Amino acid sequence: MSNGKVITAEQLTKRFGDFVAVDHISFDVMKGEIFGFLGANGAGKTTAMRMLCGLSLPTSGKATVAGFDVFKENEKIKKSIGYMSQKFSLYEDLTVKENMEFYGGIYHKSDKFIKEKTTFILNELHLTKEGNKLVKSLPLGWKQKLAFSVAIFHEPEIVFLDEPTGGVDPVTRREFWNMIYQAADRGITVFVTTHYMDEAEYCSRVSIMVDGRIEALDTPSQLKKTYEAASMDEVFLRLARKAVRAAD
Amino acid sequence: MDKTKEKVVAGVVVENIIKTYGKKKDMTALNDISFDVQKGELFGLIGPDGAGKTSLFRILTTLLLADSGKATVDGFDVVKDYKAIRKRVGYMPGRFSLYPDLSVEENLNFFATIFNTSIEENYDLVKDIYVQIEPFKKRKAGKLSGGMKQKLALSCALIHRPSVLFLDEPTTGVDAVSRKEFWEMLKGLKQQGITILVSTPYMDEARLCDRIALIQNGKILSINSPQGIVNDFSKPLWAVKSDRMLHLQNELQEKDFVENVYPFGEFHHVVMKNESGSEQLRNFITAHSSENAVLQQVKPDIEDCFIDLMKN
Repeated sequence: MSNGKVITAEQLTKRFGDFVAVDHISFDVMKGEIFGFLGANGAGKTTAMRMLCGLSLPTSGKATVAGFDVFKENEKIKKSIGYMSQKFSLYEDLTVKENMEFYGGIYHKSDKFIKEKTTFILNELHLTKEGNKLVKSLPLGWKQKLAFSVAIFHEPEIVFLDEPTGGVDPVTRREFWNMIYQAADRGITVFVTTHYMDEAEYCSRVSIMVDGRIEALDTPSQLKKTYEAASMDEVFLRLARKAVRAAD
Repeated sequence: MDKTKEKVVAGVVVENIIKTYGKKKDMTALNDISFDVQKGELFGLIGPDGAGKTSLFRILTTLLLADSGKATVDGFDVVKDYKAIRKRVGYMPGRFSLYPDLSVEENLNFFATIFNTSIEENYDLVKDIYVQIEPFKKRKAGKLSGGMKQKLALSCALIHRPSVLFLDEPTTGVDAVSRKEFWEMLKGLKQQGITILVSTPYMDEARLCDRIALIQNGKILSINSPQGIVNDFSKPLWAVKSDRMLHLQNELQEKDFVENVYPFGEFHHVVMKNESGSEQLRNFITAHSSENAVLQQVKPDIEDCFIDLMKN
């Protein structure tokens, strides 16, 4: 990777017929950064994220993730990233330990690695007693924290989090962000979307997408200065209200 | 006192409702819940996923039976008078529940017809909401965007002119702009005299309700007006920030004058055990001036109250 950039995107574009879902976006994400990727429903976040995860081929432009080209090396990208969303995270009918074994196995980790990592995570989350319980029996907050640990189980360079804290109580939401900070401290780059504007304040830098384009990209404090706003909520509303096209 | 008379005027009355799941009844969804909603009131159930909000909505809309307790909607008993209730309530479930293969117009027509009415008859009620999606009335509901689906679902829940409207997490997964628009629509409906019970995991929406119940793990933590809930927060609350936020939080956590410290947007909120702690906090911040530490007193937010109530 050049100059510690974990993601580079240049004029990245995705069209569906006449519709330009992602319209020439350019940005870099640095190693260990917590990068907030904001936008209204339908602004093009999901499409952009799918391209960066190697799941959807861009129409034009350039992008690399963990040093790999999104056009030619998408299988390598998939091995270097972690992914978690609010909707899909863990297998409910497997136990906590089985989920970890399964994910470790998919990423070709050794039995020794899996065993040590599992013990480590269960200790960290104070879930040692729950290791053999089915995931579906756990409260939502625990599941989300566990899902995050599983998403970075294979020690990826970067983890994509798609609305990871939706519907979670305010205390667990903060515990979740503590885990994000710890991961970033260990050098894992975090790429996160959220509808909670207070969480935008916790990011190193934030981009705001409107109608397929990146309208703003800066640190939260600089964005507030630029838009003379008291909070990120205000910044977001000001930009997102400019949107012309209908959601999704 | 004349309790029966009181019940007649209330929009919703919930008395000691208990609901458990599982063969051994070992999963408690609602643990002895009681509250009432006045006619024409906009009442919010605020709590995270798994708090029991949906179970409660399903009981009140007669789709689920409670283990014990009583509830009435518009004066009708949810068990005995379920047919009467079904005629007079509107229900927007958390999950999109319209027919994806029918068009926008067909969906609305369908809901009007099963309630023996027509779009024309009650058009004035849904007009403000429906006009926003009317340009797409020939489009299949399954092809609508999230925000438009939400507007159609609300129109369908309203087309028979219900007296009580139940909205289960109508804004979940919806962006900040659409959320604000949705609450504007609710204000409009409230002015038409409809009783509205709405649930949400977003604490910032609580402010827009007349009264709210904070709910967690099947229990009500507090019921009051949003202002009342905030007024009940009696401990000193401060906002702090510095160049080293994580470090600041860890250090404050160790202090014995601090009851709780947690991130809150750009700042950390620090809850003091008592007034004398504020002086110690001020000294602490002065000692950290090289890290640009700043301190300001803040008014508690609903979220501060929720965190505090969860702890105790």
